[in-house]
Amino acid sequence: MIEILQYGFMVNALAAASLAAIACGIIGVYVVVKRIVFISGGISHASFGGIGLGYFLGIDPVLCVIPFSIASALSIGEVSRRTKVSEDSAIGIIWTMGMAIGIMFISLTPGYAPDLFSYLFGNILTVPRSDLLIMLLLDIAIITVVYLLYKEFLAITFDEEFATVIGIPAHKLYLVLLCLIALTVVVLIRVVGVILVIALLTIPAAVSRRFTDDLRKMMVLSIFFAALFSITGLYMSYALDLPSGSTIVLVSGIVFSLLELFRHVRRNPPLSAV
Amino acid sequence: MNDEVINLRNVWVHYDSMPVLEDVSITVYQHDFLGIIGPNGGGKSTLLRVMLGLVKPSRGEVRVLGGDPEHNRRYIGYVPQYSLFDINFPINVRDVVLTGRAGHALFRRYTDQDKELAYNALKMVDMLPFENRQIGELSGGQRQRVFIARALAAGPKVLLLDEPAAGIDARMQTEFYELLEKLKEKMAIVIVSHDITAISIYVDTIACLNRKLFYHGSKEITPEDLMATYQCPVELIAHGVPHRVLREH
Repeated sequence: MIEILQYGFMVNALAAASLAAIACGIIGVYVVVKRIVFISGGISHASFGGIGLGYFLGIDPVLCVIPFSIASALSIGEVSRRTKVSEDSAIGIIWTMGMAIGIMFISLTPGYAPDLFSYLFGNILTVPRSDLLIMLLLDIAIITVVYLLYKEFLAITFDEEFATVIGIPAHKLYLVLLCLIALTVVVLIRVVGVILVIALLTIPAAVSRRFTDDLRKMMVLSIFFAALFSITGLYMSYALDLPSGSTIVLVSGIVFSLLELFRHVRRNPPLSAV
Repeated sequence: MNDEVINLRNVWVHYDSMPVLEDVSITVYQHDFLGIIGPNGGGKSTLLRVMLGLVKPSRGEVRVLGGDPEHNRRYIGYVPQYSLFDINFPINVRDVVLTGRAGHALFRRYTDQDKELAYNALKMVDMLPFENRQIGELSGGQRQRVFIARALAAGPKVLLLDEPAAGIDARMQTEFYELLEKLKEKMAIVIVSHDITAISIYVDTIACLNRKLFYHGSKEITPEDLMATYQCPVELIAHGVPHRVLREH
């Protein structure tokens, strides 16, 4: 394991995995406890529009995704409130519109889109240094906002209506939370790609929920699990020459399933064991 | 005038042009203990949401402590239907009650005073020994008490309870109403329920709601009111003095 660290790309990949774990560990907990997995799926898929725009304009797609994912987050948060469209319809529309815009831009861009696949499904082995810096800055932004608004976020995720009644600007803070999800998507794109982002936003948090009833401890644990899954997946993809994004997702999914299975077996011992 | 807590004048609410509340007028005073009964779909929850400024009436006026409900609703202790919660949420009893202070402590840390108020609220509802429990580990009745404590932590002038007896067994219900008797000294209480019998024993005044509101500021309900509310003949039975119990036909 040590000798692979002499490759510069491996060091970058480990740094990317760690930075991604921080963002998805913290924000994934909110996604899971507030049950906004589908909303987060909408934001991440719609972000593909930003990647297409990046190709079209010839600038770093990761940078271009930021305004795009924030805009999708805000539209999903506002559309169902201001119109009579139900929330899941709004999500479905924005989800596919973003993807369609992305494909449109890419087809308008002359030439071949070389690493398009890596934005869709991730390729942690090719993360450039400039993207690591973006990921680091976004992590700092996410940690700062969650640190400052921890109490308010707890109130709105537990009971949004009560929070509104006692004078918390619940809807505005909810939009802030959706924007943090959007930023987390940006951090995760290089690691697992827009299509698989939702795995890292849900599985580490869902696994950590098994071990604690405390939201803060859940965040720490889920950062740990996200890092563990990403680094294990990264190593396996390197050793077995598999695509990194899907290996990371499959490792996470298998650990989650084994834990659930084990828990189930322990709770309901077979009759012969009684 | 100054002891009016909530005042609704000729309030109409429409959902998609269907009237849910029709010309509702009611005043809740400082020491009222009011029960609002009515069939499911009769607009009870909507009425509470109007009082809380969460639903804007299409016509009419709502005042909370003489002011705009959106501004003054932080003086309302709201106890929503507990069945609407995700009981697996990773939060313990103490933190649930502390969120009752979150509006006062907006964008700053909880102070010792916030923590003390939350502590007192938990003590008031006899739930101190459970403060470290995760919310899902409690029984329905215990959880109900925690949500009352959360509302109390905010220092409300009036307590609004939505179907508080739902999901609580009979013995816990008695304890629950005894708790409300105790709280009645300090604030106005409004309970909304479809269960006439439980409510009518404890409250001081009763209103009937089925889109229209029938309220005489007393516990007396005329058979005509009930007829109009439940759209079927309802018998009024007086089980001796002083409690009058009503039973649906």
